[in-house]
Amino acid sequence: MFGIFGATLLLSLREIRRHLLRSFLTTLGIIIGVAAVITMVTLGNGVTASIRDEISSLGSNIFIVFPVRTERGNPRPFDQSDIEAVASQIAGVELAAGSASSSAIAFHNGQNWTTSVNGVENDFLRAQTIDVVQGRMFTAAEESSGQNVCILGPKVLEAIFVPGTSPLGEEMRLNSVSCTVIGVLDERGQGGGGQDQDNVVMMPLKTVQRRFVGNTDIQSFVVKYDSDYASSGIQDSLVSLLRERRLLQDGQDNDFNVIDTAQVNDALGAATGALTAMVAAIAAISLLVGGIGIMNIMLVSVTERTREIGIRLAIGALAREVQLQFLTEAVVLCCLGGMIGIALAFGLSYGLSAAVDVPFLFNPAINVMSFLFSAVMGIVFGYYPARRAAQLDPIEALRHE
Amino acid sequence: MTDNGAARHLIELEGVTKTFGTGPAAFQALKGVDLTIDKGDFVAIMGPSGSGKSTTMNILGCLDVPTSGKFRFRGTEVQSLTRDQRSLLRRRYLGFVFQGFNLLSRTTALENVELPLLYRGESKAARRKAGLKALDLVGLVPWADHTPAELSGGQQQRVAIARALVTEPDVLLADEPTGNLDTERSIEIMELLTDLNRAGITILLVTHEAEMAQFARTIVHFRDGIVERIDRKVDARGRHAVDHGGSA
Repeated sequence: MFGIFGATLLLSLREIRRHLLRSFLTTLGIIIGVAAVITMVTLGNGVTASIRDEISSLGSNIFIVFPVRTERGNPRPFDQSDIEAVASQIAGVELAAGSASSSAIAFHNGQNWTTSVNGVENDFLRAQTIDVVQGRMFTAAEESSGQNVCILGPKVLEAIFVPGTSPLGEEMRLNSVSCTVIGVLDERGQGGGGQDQDNVVMMPLKTVQRRFVGNTDIQSFVVKYDSDYASSGIQDSLVSLLRERRLLQDGQDNDFNVIDTAQVNDALGAATGALTAMVAAIAAISLLVGGIGIMNIMLVSVTERTREIGIRLAIGALAREVQLQFLTEAVVLCCLGGMIGIALAFGLSYGLSAAVDVPFLFNPAINVMSFLFSAVMGIVFGYYPARRAAQLDPIEALRHE
Repeated sequence: MTDNGAARHLIELEGVTKTFGTGPAAFQALKGVDLTIDKGDFVAIMGPSGSGKSTTMNILGCLDVPTSGKFRFRGTEVQSLTRDQRSLLRRRYLGFVFQGFNLLSRTTALENVELPLLYRGESKAARRKAGLKALDLVGLVPWADHTPAELSGGQQQRVAIARALVTEPDVLLADEPTGNLDTERSIEIMELLTDLNRAGITILLVTHEAEMAQFARTIVHFRDGIVERIDRKVDARGRHAVDHGGSA
């Protein structure tokens, strides 16, 4: 049986080579379909990965809480007692840390730069995994007395400090407040909301409250919880505690938001996953159209080679042997298309990943699946023409001109 | 396809009819043909167009089945076989030569000759050996690597004969094998067939040229779907007498 199968394969390749242009145009549908499906899935994976990366930069097992506007009025800020209540009254909460921020102009060395100044405590930085790469974090004394010390985001450092010199210990000014640089933050890139997380100056919360915003409001706070606890349980306790403290009646909407980074992660993953699936499905339709093209050209081929089929039948070929020959040809055609499509997809997704700045994640499963799918297309769309060839009457076929 | 030892004849047609189409458009090509052919014979089937000679040839070649009547080949009732069973019969016992040569145009002479062996599942080496042997029989070994387009009509028909011979068939069926050739080439082909017949192959020839039919030992004349007359020639060895107007 191998003899005839090998010979059939050889014959198929010869037929394809004989009509090289026609074969190429026929398989173009498969090529484009396979390339589109793989490229879309690969790019989708890259985008998802880059979004997950950004979200995980917010920290894990944390909630971010901030007030929102309601029909009853402007956002009502929190205060330090809210944070202390959250930290002490909810089981599973490891820490809660507030922040207040203001925009400011940074001056140093005759340069100025517009940035935002964030009042935070060390706990806030730890919860959000914001690392200090040079210098140090705040001391307890700096935090409790609200001293004029600051930790620079890398963008600010780059903008107003002389390259190659250490900023540590340097004096600089934010608006009219002078401060001593004690550290530099690690690079974090664009935030989920599009803001530049590197263009920031961190100062102790109390300093910012007193010197920049002029009150003791907490504009937002972060809650870090023990990963052994279910996030939904902690979130429920958090919401009901805050509602109680903010004197909200039953039926009144929350005037604050609680963002769970894990949920955001899942939601964004699901959204990009759905988008990827949809685009891949559209691409799969082009694969289907390509399959119809294969069927069309195989029918033409059967008609063209009617006499050849007659000869084969006359000298004793069985119907199934003729069928196998044409089926093999369709499958070989589709598999070649699939292979070209995979090669094309590799180049396309590599280039596009670089162009839109997402990681290039080669996905072997989708490549193998696309290839197998194109082979299946060959079987599905080659079956009818092959069957037609096999059922030709040898006498009629021999008379065919 | 069992060898039926009781069968006295290689081929037996018994009351064979063949009708094409149905209803008022139906056309009866064969109207009751009785014919027996023995192993080793060289039979020419003659007759004008529409006399039923090609239909008979298709039935004898197991390409078609009678509408009614019986066709026994080596004792096997062919009319009750399936399509694939008839294919297997052709593959094993029959070789075909057509008027239009019917070679595969893109393949070499040798590959054309090897083709029937492919369907027998022979190895590549065995196919090549048998293919060259068959080409040798028709004197075309030097042209083995040529495609049909590079060969003359007579050479193409020799390739076709080699293809028919490569399986060492019991019966060679030739349908107007000289129809596309000039007289000189035709006579060469007929001489080749005569040689093969002497070597033991039963030959069934369809022709409308009396000159070509003269090479045969038995001439069956068809007219209007029946056997009109059978001539049995006295050959060089004087084995047969001429027999007019009856079945054998």
